[in-house]
Order: sequence, then structure tokens, then C-alpha cells
Amino acid sequence: MPNMIVCVKQIADPEAPPGSFKVDEATRQVTPASGVSQVVSPFDEQAVEAALRIKDAQGGKITVISLGKNFVMDVIKKPLSMGADELILLQDPAFDGGDSHATAYALAMAIKKVGEFDVIFCGRQAADWDAGQVGSGIAEILGIPSITPIKKIELADGKAKVERIIMDGYQVIEAATPLLVTVSNELGEPRYPKLKGIMAAAKKEPITWNAADIGADTAKCGAAGARSKLMKLFVPVKEGKCEIIEGESPEEAAVALALKLREVRLI
Amino acid sequence: MAENKGVMICGEIIEGKLAPITMELLGGGRALATKLGEELCAVLLGSGIGDLGKECIAFGADKVYVVDDPLLKEYQTDAYVTVMEKVVKQVSPSILLMGTTAMGRDLAPRLAFRLGTAVSMDCTALDIDPDSKLLLQTRAVYGGNATAVYVCEGNKPQMATVRSKAMDPLEKDDSKSGEVVKVEAGLDPSAIKWKVTDTVKEKIEGIKLEDAEVIVCGGRGIGSADAFKELEPLAQVLNAAVGATRPPCDNGWVSPSIQIGLTGKIVSPTLYIAVGLSGSSQHMAGCSGAKNIIAVNKDPEANIFKEARFGVVGDFKKILPALTQKVKELRS
Repeated sequence: MPNMIVCVKQIADPEAPPGSFKVDEATRQVTPASGVSQVVSPFDEQAVEAALRIKDAQGGKITVISLGKNFVMDVIKKPLSMGADELILLQDPAFDGGDSHATAYALAMAIKKVGEFDVIFCGRQAADWDAGQVGSGIAEILGIPSITPIKKIELADGKAKVERIIMDGYQVIEAATPLLVTVSNELGEPRYPKLKGIMAAAKKEPITWNAADIGADTAKCGAAGARSKLMKLFVPVKEGKCEIIEGESPEEAAVALALKLREVRLI
Repeated sequence: MAENKGVMICGEIIEGKLAPITMELLGGGRALATKLGEELCAVLLGSGIGDLGKECIAFGADKVYVVDDPLLKEYQTDAYVTVMEKVVKQVSPSILLMGTTAMGRDLAPRLAFRLGTAVSMDCTALDIDPDSKLLLQTRAVYGGNATAVYVCEGNKPQMATVRSKAMDPLEKDDSKSGEVVKVEAGLDPSAIKWKVTDTVKEKIEGIKLEDAEVIVCGGRGIGSADAFKELEPLAQVLNAAVGATRPPCDNGWVSPSIQIGLTGKIVSPTLYIAVGLSGSSQHMAGCSGAKNIIAVNKDPEANIFKEARFGVVGDFKKILPALTQKVKELRS
């Protein structure tokens, strides 16, 4: 039965209204907005879902790994309540301030410690920094093939059949395992946890590993291991000069809009 | 390794022609090379590349490295990473640019990790810092809520992928001189770890979103697959393509191939009619190049009104038929 690993990230809810979003330009950090909840990054939930569909079909074990800090247990345990088997949290001040490279390194070291695996799943990109390279990075460090981004994966006889998204369609790919895939929203909605799953997850204690536990060289972790440097972070200014076209009724407003578009030669 | 110098772009070929992103990269790369006083080179990987190397020169390259090999006919991660690693090590550029495309998104991170450098994905602007001469890499983060500028100080090449339509191509100049250099792929077929057994292209009826001058785009507020069809008459009279935000695609109302946004298509029409969509940053990332946005939405507080030039507040089911009728009249 397949051993599967899913990497997930806890982030501030990306669906929060843009108005609540603020940055501190001096420290180049996002200011946590009050009332915005933490969630599992949406593409990562889809990565969990992709693994669960394989588990539904043929069984197997799903280990979820997350690197971060200030974990909210109800949030980060969601993959367990959806049906994953084990949760490993990577927490160490040495991991702070890392870029994609430092993060992929730490995750790869943790995966090495987990040991055997057939497929690693990541989200196509985290919905906070949108970098979209940790998955490929892990694969490169581990020296295994990667397929990104995908909308479907099935396993049979030690081989994977994968649908990789390309412009205006998809490719059907045959790959040997072990391999890494990054999952996109085209996979479909992830399942909601069932009450039974939530109760089971509540009883499970996550495993916590620090840099030393996974044998990571702290010079390659966090800020020390980062290769790209953030020089500036700001919220772009929107002009907001919309002219609202009005009318006695919606139909009249529509006619006025058509006339306006003609007047400015847009139609 | 020799001192890293010059700007390199990795071009793309679609159906035997240079993809538009190739010209955009050449245009953007040329501007950077000029600021640095260095050369611009291009790399083309493929099979049966023919004269496309010369075309890269006409669009701004000083030198083109062509790697023509049957194993490179179609993009494949292992093959392309291996060959690009070889070319980059041979040429030692200071900057390496690719497109944020199905190829660039997959190739760039793996190549950056292999070369021991970093890459900024999906940049919307690139510049040279006048003091440090480093590449300033501007990209949207937090789904477009913020803009970040990165540099890569200690490692070369400095890598970035560039969003489509973010850079302007140069006018084609067939008289421009340059050099085309052939490079052997030298690929060991066993290095290729997966293979494509089938390619499924979704049929796009009418105008392609990326090429459309007018787009009618629907969002979550449209409500259903049937209601989405109500966008079509307006699209027809305007000769427009129909697009969607993510929720209609995820809900299965429309094909995912018409999704416009950060993880979908990037469009830049003259006229963009946004119907029943809130204007999330995620979505706006795909249409920030639209020259005139028209918003139709029930909610006067929707973010899309901050982005639009003209707006109508109200029910699209009442507004669209009247708008369609009037446009038809005006055009006849």
C-alpha cells in the first residue's frame, strides 16, 4: 500500500477582504489583521484531497508535514480530520525568515527522516507568498522526478498516471514512483471533515521536530539559508475613479452604459 | 566558472513558431542588457527549430543558443532542466529569464535549485539597481494584495520568470545581426523519468482569451451553469471572448480553461466587462492589463468598482439583455 507524504502550510485566510490587508513597509512584513483566521493554504488542502482519493481507492498511509510557527491546532489538524494518518510539525526558531530554498531544504530533510514514500504531494503554490517553488525544490533536493501542476493522480503497479495541466488542456503522463506532484485547484473541491474524523483527529498528537531532529544544517535553514532577499514590500495604490452609470431601472442604466461606451469609443 | 555576464532568456516554441512570451522576454531582456551594457542571448530548446534562432535575433537577441534534439520535442522536466543546466554553465549569464508559463513554472524552480541559485516567480517588472547592478525583481504576493521587490545577492545567475504581457516586445528588425550557435543536447534518454502518453486539448470556440480585444467575464454572482449562458449574447454582439473567475470553474459551471486570474489565464483586452465578480486580488492579477474595466455588480461595495472605469450597480439578469440590445442597435 502506498506511503504518501503531503506538505501543507498554515496561512492567514486569503479570502479575507483586501481592505483588511496591511503591511509594515519598514520591516517588510505583513501586519496580522485582527479577525482574520488562519487556514490551511487552499492548494495544500487539495494536495491532501489528492492523497485521500488514492487512500480511498487502495488504502495506504498519509503523513502530513508542516513547517511554521504559531500553529493553531484546530487548523493544522484539518488534514487529519479529513482522513490523513499522521501530522509532523517542523518548529524551530532556526526556520524563521526562510525563502523557498530554505523551506524546501527543511521539508526535504524531514521527508528523509520519515523514510519510505511513494508520492509526495504539495500545493501548486501557497496562497500567501505565491512563490510556487517549494514542491519542485523538494524533488530536486531528494533527486526524484516532479510533475507540476496536476489535476489528477492514480497509482497502479508501482507506477503513477498523472494529468498535468498545460495551456488549454492537460497531458496524461506515466511516471515511475517515487515522485513529487504539486496539486492545482482543477483537482476539485477538497472534502469536508466528518464528525468522526474530527473526533479522531482531536485524539491524535502531532509529532514535533526541530532542526536537530531532522539533521538539518542550520546554516541552510531560515534566514541564514535564504538566497533571495526581500528589499521592499508595499500595498499597490488603486486609483478608484469609477463612474457609476445610473438609471431609473436596471434596464435604463444598461442603455445609458451602452451610450457611454459608444461616447468614449469603446464600442 | 567564468565571471557571470550578460542576460539570457529561455524562449518557447509553440507549434513551430516562437511563442509570444519569447518576444516579450527578448524585449524585456534587451532593456536590462542595455542598462548593464552587456549582451542579450536567447536559448531555444526543441526539435526541428529551423530558422527560429534568426527570428530571436530580429527581436533583439545578440546571440542565440539552439539545442535541437528529438528528445526536446515537447517540454519534459528532466530533459529541459538537464539541458538548461548545461547551457547556463557553458555561457555563465548574470541574469536568466523565462516566462511564467506551463514550462517556466515547472522548469525555473528546479533549475534554480540545481544551479544553487534563487528564482523569483511571476515577476511583473524587472529593473537594474543603479548602485549594486543587481536585478530588481518585482512580483505580486498575497494574491496581488501586496507587491514585493526581491534581489538575489550572492548567487548567479539571478533568475526570474516573467508574467505574460508584462514586457513589451521590440519591433521585428530583420536587418539586425547576431550569431546562432548550435549546442548538442547530449541527453541520456534514461535521465528522462516520465513520459507523456496523451495530450488532451480543450476545444476553445471563438476567440482565444489571450488574444481577445473584448472580454465578458463572469464570477460567483452568476450563480449557475445555466445563468452563465446569459453572458453569451453580449459576448456575441461585442465579438468578445467569455472568461470566468475561479469559483465558476471550481463549481463546474464552466471549463477551467477559461479561468482568468493568478492561476489561470493572463489577459489584456481593451474592454473588460466584469459581471457578478467581486474583483478579488487573485482574479485581478489575471486582468490587470485590461485597459478599460466595466463592472456590473449588485453590491456597490464590491472591490471591482475600485478597479473599474464605469460601473452599473444592479442585477445582471436585467442589465445584460438591455445592454446587449442597445449595443446591437448602436452597432447596426
